[in-house]
Amino acid sequence: MLTKRIIPCLDVKNGRVVKGVNFSGLNDVNSPIELAEFYSSCGADELVFYDITASSDGRKIFTDILRETAKNVFIPLTVGGGISNLNDFERVLNCGADKVSVNTGAIKNPDLIPQAAKLYGSQCVVISADVKRVNNKFHVFARGGRDDTEIEAISWIKKCVDNGAGEVVLNSIDTDGVKNGFDLEMLKAVCDVVKVPVIASGGAGSIQDFITLFKNIPGVDAGLAASIFHFGEVSIKDLKLQMQKNNIPVRL
Amino acid sequence: MIAIINYGVGNLFSLESSFNKLNFDVKITSDPDEIKNSDKIILPGVGAFGDAAEKLFNSGLAEILINQAHNGKLILGICLGMQLLFETSHEFGIYKGLGLIPGEVRAISEIIPKNLNLKIPQMGWNSLNIKRHDEILKNTSQNEFVYFVHSYSVRCPDEFITSTTDYGANIVASVSNKNIFGVQFHPEKSSDAGLKILKSFCEV
Repeated sequence: MLTKRIIPCLDVKNGRVVKGVNFSGLNDVNSPIELAEFYSSCGADELVFYDITASSDGRKIFTDILRETAKNVFIPLTVGGGISNLNDFERVLNCGADKVSVNTGAIKNPDLIPQAAKLYGSQCVVISADVKRVNNKFHVFARGGRDDTEIEAISWIKKCVDNGAGEVVLNSIDTDGVKNGFDLEMLKAVCDVVKVPVIASGGAGSIQDFITLFKNIPGVDAGLAASIFHFGEVSIKDLKLQMQKNNIPVRL
Repeated sequence: MIAIINYGVGNLFSLESSFNKLNFDVKITSDPDEIKNSDKIILPGVGAFGDAAEKLFNSGLAEILINQAHNGKLILGICLGMQLLFETSHEFGIYKGLGLIPGEVRAISEIIPKNLNLKIPQMGWNSLNIKRHDEILKNTSQNEFVYFVHSYSVRCPDEFITSTTDYGANIVASVSNKNIFGVQFHPEKSSDAGLKILKSFCEV
């Protein structure tokens, strides 16, 4: 049976993982390459690298790091951040990315997803949506959650999938950073309308939050988190053992 | 030297990296002499069958691969590369493959029951039910997990199936026919379990 995936997310700026990390056994806790290898050895099913540099110099450092990581880590790598055209797809795919996630780029350029899907296949194109409730409606936000586009999120995500996106990362701005659980209501709304894998993001604070997620929303395929893994609050090994105890299919 | 066939389909970076990590001499190539002089051949591939088969046949690489196979060279097809080893595919039409293993390629949606509502493609980690520990699965244990991304699947006689995976039905995960091997999953993305299979292939 296909297993539920656990995905650590690494925000990378100027060649360093942004959120501070603290693991014994890691020499350089802010090295994306070392951290990626560490997570892979702990049983992470996949990794997301998010480029949060704005400068072109920073972009070059990011792709160098991505290439080094892909030479040493043999699990799927999804890359996002600053993907606004097909050249950006090409740039990260050539450095070992398996999937490319688009966010603001897909809002600004509606042709990006269909063009990328045609060129690289749907399995390669991930729509990453930052969504927040505004007057009881789900709105898509752009630019790292700063701008309210006023676009209704659920139908927009469905449209992205119809246009060729092969996977959805749903990041709830409402639950992000709160550490009180994933946004089950928002996730269910998305799972009800798409038939591609859905990755839950935003809100994980404990092992129980992942159990609740997978038990309640069967349509969710993966759980993504950053700081709780980086800070060692949740170990991937313990998380997966608990998932197995709760009869959630998991790779051990 | 192991030749990874480059015919303009998909990204070969991770595949090349995995052999480098294992310290095997590998080269991405479309040069007929290099392919003929290689010790073993890897046929990769992602995307649509028809497009890939056309590129193989139009470039003359198909003929070289078929000759090499008949001469006993070890060939490993990965993902779409495995599907191309078979006789025909029904992906967006009917297309001819290399015909190195008897069988055909069908949509997963035709194989699994509709009422299960499973997502297509199958994307993620699933376990192997090993039917036969051939040379490349000799070090692989029952139920090891590997990484799949596919919407189409092979149907072939049982004698060629070395492992299956459960995705609403028994989906063919790996095959072999004498010197010809194929894996539907991505060993280069399957962590230690995958590297072990690549290593076994290199050491045959």
